[in-house]
Amino acid sequence: MARAFRPSILTANDLLDGDVVYLARDGAWTRRSAEARLFEDEDEANRSLAAAESQEDAVVGPYLAAAVPGGQLGPEPVHIREALRATGPTNYCHGKQTGR
Amino acid sequence: MYRYDGFDREFVHARVAQFRQQVERRIKGSLTEEEFKPLRLMNGLYLQLHAYMLRVAIPYGTLQSRQMRQLAYIAERWDKGYGHFTTRQNIQFNWPRLKDVPDILDALADVEMHAIQTSGNCVRNVTADHFAGAADDEIADPRPTAELLRQWSTDHPEFAFLPRKFKIAVSGSPIDRAVTRAHDIGLRMIRNVVGEPGYEVCVGGGLGRTPMIGSVIRDFLPEADLLPYIESILQVYNAIGRRDNIYKARIKITVSEHGIEAFRESVEQRFRIQRETFAGEHQALLARIGAMFAAPVWIEAPTGAFDAALARDPVFRSFVDTNLHPHRNPDYAIVTISLKAHGATPGDATAEQMRVIAGLAERYGHDEIRISHEQNCILPHVHKRDVPAVHAALREAGLATANVGLASDIIACPGMDYCNLATARSIPIAQDIATRMKERGDERHIGDLKIKISGCINACGHHHVGHIGILGLDRAGVENYQITLGGDGTETAALGERAGPGFAADDVVPAVERLIDTYLELRSDDDEAFLATYRRVGMRPFKAALYPDTAAAAGR
Amino acid sequence: MGRGNCGILVRDTGFQDDDWRADFVRWSGEDGHCALPDGAALDVENTAPAEDIVPFFGRIALIRIAFPSHMDGRGFSLARHLRLLGYRGRLRAAGRILADQYAMARRSGFDEVEIDPALAERQPEEQWLFRADWRTHDYQERLGRRRYHGAHGAQD
Ligand code: HEM
Ligand code: SF4
Repeated sequence: MARAFRPSILTANDLLDGDVVYLARDGAWTRRSAEARLFEDEDEANRSLAAAESQEDAVVGPYLAAAVPGGQLGPEPVHIREALRATGPTNYCHGKQTGR
Repeated sequence: MYRYDGFDREFVHARVAQFRQQVERRIKGSLTEEEFKPLRLMNGLYLQLHAYMLRVAIPYGTLQSRQMRQLAYIAERWDKGYGHFTTRQNIQFNWPRLKDVPDILDALADVEMHAIQTSGNCVRNVTADHFAGAADDEIADPRPTAELLRQWSTDHPEFAFLPRKFKIAVSGSPIDRAVTRAHDIGLRMIRNVVGEPGYEVCVGGGLGRTPMIGSVIRDFLPEADLLPYIESILQVYNAIGRRDNIYKARIKITVSEHGIEAFRESVEQRFRIQRETFAGEHQALLARIGAMFAAPVWIEAPTGAFDAALARDPVFRSFVDTNLHPHRNPDYAIVTISLKAHGATPGDATAEQMRVIAGLAERYGHDEIRISHEQNCILPHVHKRDVPAVHAALREAGLATANVGLASDIIACPGMDYCNLATARSIPIAQDIATRMKERGDERHIGDLKIKISGCINACGHHHVGHIGILGLDRAGVENYQITLGGDGTETAALGERAGPGFAADDVVPAVERLIDTYLELRSDDDEAFLATYRRVGMRPFKAALYPDTAAAAGR
Repeated sequence: MGRGNCGILVRDTGFQDDDWRADFVRWSGEDGHCALPDGAALDVENTAPAEDIVPFFGRIALIRIAFPSHMDGRGFSLARHLRLLGYRGRLRAAGRILADQYAMARRSGFDEVEIDPALAERQPEEQWLFRADWRTHDYQERLGRRRYHGAHGAQD
């Protein structure tokens, strides 16, 4: 049985510098999870994923990650792994944490 | 120390040129990611959670100061100013950009280093005892053997597409500091009854999902037979190792499924043919390599300054207590520089720290540095009269933590802070335990205790062979930590036993403290180490301490 | 079994049409080959037991080893094993092999590689010629590991 769809953000790593990126509401790739678009509709999410997969010259390994609306801070990822990707490692302050 | 000749130099530069072209093809779009991935992995380039990660080999853990300085330069120029030393004598840079990687590899090649075969289903960086050539307990220096194997395995035409990765470790001492028993092949240098040099060959050890201690496949392999014999093992493995299931593809599974007897028979059969096809060049080369690893010219000088500092300075005394190891020359000491300051990330060093270490090696250490699988740095040859000066300089740089072998000298893999495969974080757990140990202030009293932490079942943090092993798992999206007890990575190797259900992140430190307090109560005297007590009394009292509620319920 | 002449042959000199005109016989275990004609060409999987083929070496002109995936390196070891057992006929690697693996194939004892036209299009001749220098930078050779080839690749 297929897993039920949960609202998701579309994320990947940037080809050139490896940075975590998100598909933003304006359709561009952004480095800030706060600007990520939250897909509520499964078909739309899958269409965007397929489109991202063909952007091999821009991003690597796009996938959908479950998230919930997070008010002002934008969508908040559900899984801790995604939370860490959004903020950076916990052992140093590498900029993403502070920039958020 | 091994120095590249023209052959090695041309080889590494040719490899960089090939990779530079591949990166350009990828960026221009003429290589797909699927095609590019195996090529980048062959050159040590991963894509992790936040960024690319470049894994650089430090063959048999040996570095010179100019190489350490180059690592510092790379960290500053192309990364975020630090590097992570791993349990496999590699250094990982966590933030390189794709287009910079060929330049980084060129910078490495300039100092005779590379990232070749630090990933992929090939023979990986060959590791060795980090006290090689220095320890008083050594029979022979394992590094010439490791260098010979490095050359033999580099670009080996048959073994770049094995069923799975392949790790070899060499030890030249009866005291096993290279965890040889947990490697695909572990070599121990020994002598036979008539005094000829050779190897005890162990095969099929490994950690990961199905941890196993290796079995002896050959009690005594004459030195001259090493390459044909190792090649025979790999040929058999390549032919019969499983390729249908990635979790059963390591040689440990091959050996356990076929049985060591049958496996040995196949290897010996191959070996009889294989041996005829190796001309003697490798032995001549081994002799040449061996000469390059000749001991430095020892300084002859009085050691009075050492004794005076010892009598005068309690801080120095405690440093000497934990961070020094006996040298084969009694006027010398092996100095371990802990990369485990309480609360710091285990194994991380900043560019500045790398330069301090390089400077000390150059000034006081015959220009030699080692990296240990325990994620520390070592100055293997320091004359005792210079140890006080080294200690003073380390203190100034914040590198004089006197905790080697103690509870806060923790091995931890990158875990979910960096690693794509992680199920939980390792680093914060290590930081919390170490910080708590400092607060308690009794880790010297506790004594020898090895805590090892992995962020997933792959066991890069060696948790199976920790006296206390901690494995981070994902339970419905929440980090959860399983504890194993009684593991041992030395010559008395053993796998830890699982204590019971896992703990939430916040409960790990209290759990570890309960284990330590139980040990302190139970040990027969101050000299009985944690592992010895565990072996004597078994799991039960520790389990009761870990799960007091269950124990109380059972008692009622 | 199939004809050998639909693929593209890669040698040190680059691409060429397959010059082997006769049929290939599929290896089916040692019993089945008592009647193998002189000068036969044999098709084997990369799992074939090399020892069993030894009695037929004298009659075999060409052995073709299949590479089902570029991640599967068994064919390299099988080639080496056949050479160590004394096979000096023509030895061919066929299937999914990357240009980057050409040097490995040659050093393992293959004389040539056979690929299909689709692969040849994705990995054009210059990529293979780039690795035709497989004799240079050969650590194993420097360690005294002898290389063996058949008449076709016997430039060594
Ligand atoms: C960060 C990226 C890393 C990835 C993707 C990775 C991946 C893996 C995988 C998949 C295994 C299991 C292999 C198997 O059981 O077949 C493994 C084992 C291992 N890795 Fe890592 N690892 C990483 C980092 C490290 C680091 C940082 C270290 C050293 C601290 C390390 C040292 C080891 C060791 C010692 C083992 C267990 C020994 C064995 O191979 O059986 N790895 N790694
Ligand atoms: S043990 Fe797991 S989490 Fe830790 S480095 Fe290895 S693969 Fe990553």
